[in-house]
Amino acid sequence: MTVTRHGPLPDGAEPYDVTVVGAGVVGCAIARELARLPLRTALIDACDDVGNGTSKANTAILHTGFDAVPGSLESRLVRDGQRLLASYAADSGIPVEPVGALLVAWNEEQLAALPGLADKAVRNGYHAARILPAGEVRAREPELGPGVLGALHVPDESLVCPWTTTLAYATQAVRAGVHLHLNCPVRSVTPGEPHTLTTGRGTLRTRHLVNAAGLYADEIDRFLGHADFTVTPRRGQLIVFDELARGLVRHILLPVPDARGKGVLVTPTVYGNVMLGPTAEDLDDKRDTGSTAEGLALLREKGRRILPALLDEEVTAVYAGLRAATGQEDYVIRARPGQRYVTVGGIRSTGLSASMAIATHVVELLAEGGLPVTGAREPDPVRMPNLGEAFPRPYRDAAMIAADPEYGRIVCHCERVTRGEIRDALAATVPPGSPDGLRRRTRARGGRCQGFHCGAAVRALFEEARR
Amino acid sequence: MNRGDARADAHDVRTDVRVDVLVVGAGPAGLALATRLAHAGAGRIEVLEREQYAGGIPRHLHHGGFGRPPRPWLHGPRYAERAVRAAVAAGAAVRTGVTATGWAGPLSLETTSPAGLERITARAVVLATGARERPRSARLVPGSRPQGVLTTGELLRSVHEHGLPVGRRAVVVGAEPVARHAAAVLRGAGAHVVAMITEAPRAAAVPGVPLLTQTTVGELRGRGRPTGLVIHHRDGRTGLLTCDTVVFTGDWIPDHELARRGGVPLDPGTRGPRVDASFRTAAPGVFAVGNALHGIERAATAAGEGAAAAAPVLAHLAGAPWPEPGPPLEVRAPLLWVTPNRITDTSGRPLLLRPAEAVTAPVVTVTQDGRPLWRRRFPGPASPSRSLRLPPHWTARVDRTGGPVVLALG
Repeated sequence: MTVTRHGPLPDGAEPYDVTVVGAGVVGCAIARELARLPLRTALIDACDDVGNGTSKANTAILHTGFDAVPGSLESRLVRDGQRLLASYAADSGIPVEPVGALLVAWNEEQLAALPGLADKAVRNGYHAARILPAGEVRAREPELGPGVLGALHVPDESLVCPWTTTLAYATQAVRAGVHLHLNCPVRSVTPGEPHTLTTGRGTLRTRHLVNAAGLYADEIDRFLGHADFTVTPRRGQLIVFDELARGLVRHILLPVPDARGKGVLVTPTVYGNVMLGPTAEDLDDKRDTGSTAEGLALLREKGRRILPALLDEEVTAVYAGLRAATGQEDYVIRARPGQRYVTVGGIRSTGLSASMAIATHVVELLAEGGLPVTGAREPDPVRMPNLGEAFPRPYRDAAMIAADPEYGRIVCHCERVTRGEIRDALAATVPPGSPDGLRRRTRARGGRCQGFHCGAAVRALFEEARR
Repeated sequence: MNRGDARADAHDVRTDVRVDVLVVGAGPAGLALATRLAHAGAGRIEVLEREQYAGGIPRHLHHGGFGRPPRPWLHGPRYAERAVRAAVAAGAAVRTGVTATGWAGPLSLETTSPAGLERITARAVVLATGARERPRSARLVPGSRPQGVLTTGELLRSVHEHGLPVGRRAVVVGAEPVARHAAAVLRGAGAHVVAMITEAPRAAAVPGVPLLTQTTVGELRGRGRPTGLVIHHRDGRTGLLTCDTVVFTGDWIPDHELARRGGVPLDPGTRGPRVDASFRTAAPGVFAVGNALHGIERAATAAGEGAAAAAPVLAHLAGAPWPEPGPPLEVRAPLLWVTPNRITDTSGRPLLLRPAEAVTAPVVTVTQDGRPLWRRRFPGPASPSRSLRLPPHWTARVDRTGGPVVLALG
């Protein structure tokens, strides 16, 4: 199994058959799909970890695709991907909680928009959405602020763990022989047969190329002579509230778009927190993942209207993600068979839900460019450590603790993460590249104290494993 | 709601344990109480400590002045060690590496340890869970999310317990005693302390460290490691402090999670369990002591509360009824909180009263239903980092059937 983080790239005599640039949730899903084939495949990323760009700051919802543009590629891929991922998650131990969503109408304009949204859901092949009167909305969500006029209920919208999803794909791909090269930014591409990629860690040659570079997909495209879209980073700031807030909300509370723009959502997470956000700010800087005083004030103001009691709870995290906006309504997935090149651009936050369907679609497009796709075999199933509150965790599992007492040694008290889980993550197929990566694999240091109690111990374990 | 309680499955096999008193937290308060109770022959006294070592926060405070009266030669780790030894010598069971994860009944806690899962049922449960500093995220400090942004708690453990490096140029947010201690520890670890910053108009400086008063944190900069901290002065000036480490100090909040999961009501001011002067919470049989009640106080104060709780716990074990709570104590701005939070019976100990801002020579007034109960001018200043200690004799004058008792600055 090959995971590299530093040093020159291994100089294979033969070029890779196919290389995926970008190890976000989409790139990892594509690598996993390619891993089924008897090919030499590489997955490379500029960061020190998989899922370290847009994917890690996702709103963590497994969407049905009810509100996509009917007939769009996104509509089809989200619908198909949702089914694929729900099934894959159940098999792989990725936590999913089908809590359902409510699109809450707070004014007459939003209320009037609900029937249109219900129709749109049908046109997207989703038939279970229903409009609920105000009384029923309040019965379902007693803590909602005053002024609720009604809601559209979408029962199949679910919570999912984006970190485990990405890691599961990457783990399965690497175990099936894909080479994962991290800290490996692409500086230029010389198209040819094979293509030559100049990276921060030396050159890499590949016959086929997949551009899943997220925010940087336009720049990779330009290396190959294409300029049909530009990525504008759209910042989404999010506030995460402590687990003690979880009892305040039962559904994903989605905004109803109106003339004043898109509102913010309030959603539980599979980790048992409550999340408020995101903002939507178009920026120039693809690295500006900072939060702002104005953004946080705006979120708190909107959150107070939706769920007043939420604002009294402790905040455990504030973060900002950058979405890859292209100015186009749909995903930008383009095949250039003559160049043996596929671009996967403009993947919005629905990309997590669509990831497996995108992967299937991309491999079909690669085949059109001559990639041999015969000899597929199912990869060995993967079983990921559970981070979800709705599923058994080691600290409450007497059998696990009896077999290995390290699962009874709680290190991170807020999130109840045991030393056994941290040890496992540090020794996993795709180990973390930073304490933040360890947090995304275990939840260690992710709770209300943010390391007051456990930060030093967790960091010591991480440093020890790195030596 | 207690998460997961409905999910009893085959893996959730728990050993049932019965004790007389279960103390959650082996810091100064919990240990002092356990020592007293064990000396009094109160039966099986068990103290749970989720860390690998008992003793609580003093374990990490390598400076003198612990004990009451303060003893310059008595350092935190030694003080903690003594407290543990006293409890064990008295006959209390002090169990480390055991976490109380939730409630299985009104006086029954679920625990996890390397030895497995237990359900410990007691005749009295005492919450002595301590306090923590609020981290950067809870303070809504905007900006990037680099590593090297800590609380004092993490700093002390990093340096003393794990020998981890801290940065080279550190900014300390806060100027309370804990902030001065953080500055000293940073210097001891070889870091240059660039500045201490505080919103307060004045504070005690650490020699050689610039103290920026009336200053707030604007934004964190830097990827990977911090590169700087944007600060705002009250007069409108803005600056950038170049640094690779930021330590957020103070802003304590009780570790109240177990209380909340058990439905034990909190006081809105302290955010700790609401108690009367006998440390009784609103949940019969459940007591709370120490910093879990009010955020950080001196170790000796926490230990004093623990020792003082022994008598009411013993009375409860002897079958004394759990009284109806008396009138609540309320504070008016700029006061932040008072503890205890209810007057059920006459208090035998000073009340702790904390202002939100520095006040010179404060005059404290206590009234109930418009009737003055007590008034006193305190010489010297009161500050957000130091409680006023109110003598308790006036609590005898509280009408037990009357309205809220209001504390204000006159």
